[in-house]
Amino acid sequence: MSKVEQQGRREFLKGTAATAAISIAPGVMLHSLTADAAPRTEAVTDKVRWGMLIDANKCADGCTDCVSACDKENGLDLVNMPEGADESLWERQRPRWIRQVSLKDNLSGKITHLPMMCQHCEKPPCVDVCPTGASFRRADGIVMVDRHICIGCRYCMMACPYKARSFIHAEVAEKLTHTPRGKGCVESCNLCVHRLDNGQTTTACQDACQHQAIVFGDLNDPESAVSQALKKYPSVQIRADLKLNTGVRYSNI
Amino acid sequence: MTRIRSMLLLAMTLSGLSGLGNVYAAEAVEGSAKFEKLDQCVEPTSVMRRNHFEFIKHQRNLTVHQGIRGSKHSLAGCVDCHARKDTEGNFVPVNAEGQFCDACHDYAAVSPDCFSCHSTVPGEK
Amino acid sequence: MKKIHFSEWGIDSPRYWGMLAVLGAIIAVAGLAVFYMEHNGHWVTGMTNQVVWGMPHVFAIFLIVAASGALNVASIGTAFGKKVYKPLGRLSGLLAITLLAGGLAVLVLDLGQPGRLLIAMTHYNFKSIFAWNIYLYTGFFAIVALYIWFMMDWRMNKYYKPVGVFAFVWRLMLTTGTGSIFGFIVARQGYDAAIMAPMFVIMSFAYGLAVYLLVLMFAFKADGREIGDVLLKRLKNLLGIFVAAVFYFTVVYHLTNLYGTENHEYEAFILRDGGIYTLLFWGGWVLIGCLIPMGIIYHPALGATRGGIIAASTLVVLGGFATIYVIVIGGQAFPMAMFPGKTIVASGFFDGVNGQPMLYSPSLPEILLGLGGVALVLMLTFIGIRVLRFLPTSLADEVADPHHAKS
Ligand code: SF4
Ligand code: SF4
Ligand code: SF4
Repeated sequence: MSKVEQQGRREFLKGTAATAAISIAPGVMLHSLTADAAPRTEAVTDKVRWGMLIDANKCADGCTDCVSACDKENGLDLVNMPEGADESLWERQRPRWIRQVSLKDNLSGKITHLPMMCQHCEKPPCVDVCPTGASFRRADGIVMVDRHICIGCRYCMMACPYKARSFIHAEVAEKLTHTPRGKGCVESCNLCVHRLDNGQTTTACQDACQHQAIVFGDLNDPESAVSQALKKYPSVQIRADLKLNTGVRYSNI
Repeated sequence: MTRIRSMLLLAMTLSGLSGLGNVYAAEAVEGSAKFEKLDQCVEPTSVMRRNHFEFIKHQRNLTVHQGIRGSKHSLAGCVDCHARKDTEGNFVPVNAEGQFCDACHDYAAVSPDCFSCHSTVPGEK
Repeated sequence: MKKIHFSEWGIDSPRYWGMLAVLGAIIAVAGLAVFYMEHNGHWVTGMTNQVVWGMPHVFAIFLIVAASGALNVASIGTAFGKKVYKPLGRLSGLLAITLLAGGLAVLVLDLGQPGRLLIAMTHYNFKSIFAWNIYLYTGFFAIVALYIWFMMDWRMNKYYKPVGVFAFVWRLMLTTGTGSIFGFIVARQGYDAAIMAPMFVIMSFAYGLAVYLLVLMFAFKADGREIGDVLLKRLKNLLGIFVAAVFYFTVVYHLTNLYGTENHEYEAFILRDGGIYTLLFWGGWVLIGCLIPMGIIYHPALGATRGGIIAASTLVVLGGFATIYVIVIGGQAFPMAMFPGKTIVASGFFDGVNGQPMLYSPSLPEILLGLGGVALVLMLTFIGIRVLRFLPTSLADEVADPHHAKS
């Protein structure tokens, strides 16, 4: 059953790769095509490695569509400022999984924009340091936190070179079924794992990006849209010097 | 704490308490939860009473680490089926006073830790 | 050499209980602070998603580092066979245990989920240096306890030397482990240096001995025991060497950083532009923690007085806190270099826009928690020396070191 499903997805990704190359509008289409997918019934394997290519040239100044989409998809917009909190302090304490960053080249003065989230490292420092094993890398390359065994020591946050993680500083009254969340644990972008596990093949940020700056897919599948794009355009890993082999790549930084 | 709580919880379920879900808050409408229209839970009631914690915990590891969702032992499933609605048709949290989880857990004087992170009402779908 | 006798701390009861009451009150206040922080969540602290480790970690790391250093006195007596230090060993072992207990208590009580500590004991990630440290700490407790027992029990005295050597080796591993907590963080420029681990070892020597000296002198003065000048002078000189070594490592650390171009910005931050961190570095770490104590210790007149020794030790402790603050908080306040050759001009998550450092101001509950840890250390120590024979009845020169007594 699930084999068939997987194959189906392969075929389908092949299809989109072709489409993406022509229309460069994968987000919208992918989403609508996978509405009837079923939840996963077999353990994920390393046959798949989820990843992204983000084109900084396409990412627009001042746009935060991906950020809002992630907030909504993962219930981050439900995290309210506690009564009596200092607003500017709370801004630095509230969780964020994705953010837009603008860079200026020190020599040329060229400005680029790009979204940053957990880079889903193949050799994740956060996982290496976590004392309980709460931070872990799933077989399909998604790095996430098992909240049940996270003790909230924040060592992973110290170790992450991309500042990708957030600590939940306050009680959360309302949470989504697919994104549990509670005070005292650490969390970060999980590549919309609930979507993938339910058979969808896109992330919320990708779907939200009107400029098609984010291409998401299976890095292990040479036919996938993301693999094709990676083949076509030069791309870099942020802090490539650390040799973490990130799952999220960038072009035109 | 959590561990102690879970031990207590285990002890509680092992002692085979009866009267699952007999006490309800006033505003929750009786008969408005899915389970009330079903003959049986995902396992026989006696098994559930004794082992639901183990089932949930087992499933939790499968879901978080292997991505297996939508199995019959998921906590989301419990909530989906056992949450009642109030007179206005809104869901009442499954762990609210007198509601399904609370009915037993209150009796056993242990509070399940699930809902400090998990949603207490059926999810968006 | 005369036989050394040990006895319980003999200060009068009202004074003893009075001290315990004061310390107990401080601990109680810290308890309230912990309850407040845990009940509300960390939003009531100054810690954020940028500066994730705050004041509690400064206190905890200082105490843990000092713990392994406090054992040094005993190690010199045992592992290096210096007889003069032998009577000092018991207190040294006790302080090592109490300092570690205080530090760990603070660390644990700051966790986001302290209730899940048992999880930390049953789920281990063996790759994590942090998890290794948990082993190192527990082992340290056990070994030092054994060590103290063997020191105290004459029947066990024959095993005391090997255990002492083992304890010494273990304490070196412990401090290296603590240093490695930072050394392994490649992400942050301030920490990514091989020198971190040895520097922590040498800092532990200095802080541990300073704390030891203060407690020893206080305990002896309080119930009228005598410490000879010769012994004090030795300990003082030892402290001088350790402090000088800390200073040396500090210089080397920053010089090697200045050598590598990629660390210039971090160095400029700590040494010149870092505001409070620069101030704490020069004023706290260098001046109060190293130069002034060295000045006092090696001053021919000042260094010979007890007041001078107390002042030097106190300054080393205060400078030590400043040092750990600069390392822990300063290292986080400095924006991570994610994009070499580029400046971050806007960010939705405080990435150090235009090189601005991350903000952190410690909140009162955090500080209270830290002080509670210090109070716990003192309380446990006082109870220890009161109920068991940790203190030699006299350390007068003719008792401690007859060879020097006359000269
Ligand atoms: S980006 Fe950070 S949080 Fe994500 S896997 Fe890498 S180290 Fe871990
Ligand atoms: S905060 Fe949680 S996930 Fe991060 S290192 Fe600590 S236990 Fe692991
Ligand atoms: S992949 Fe999903 S979780 Fe990650 S940043 Fe995008 S929307 Fe957020």
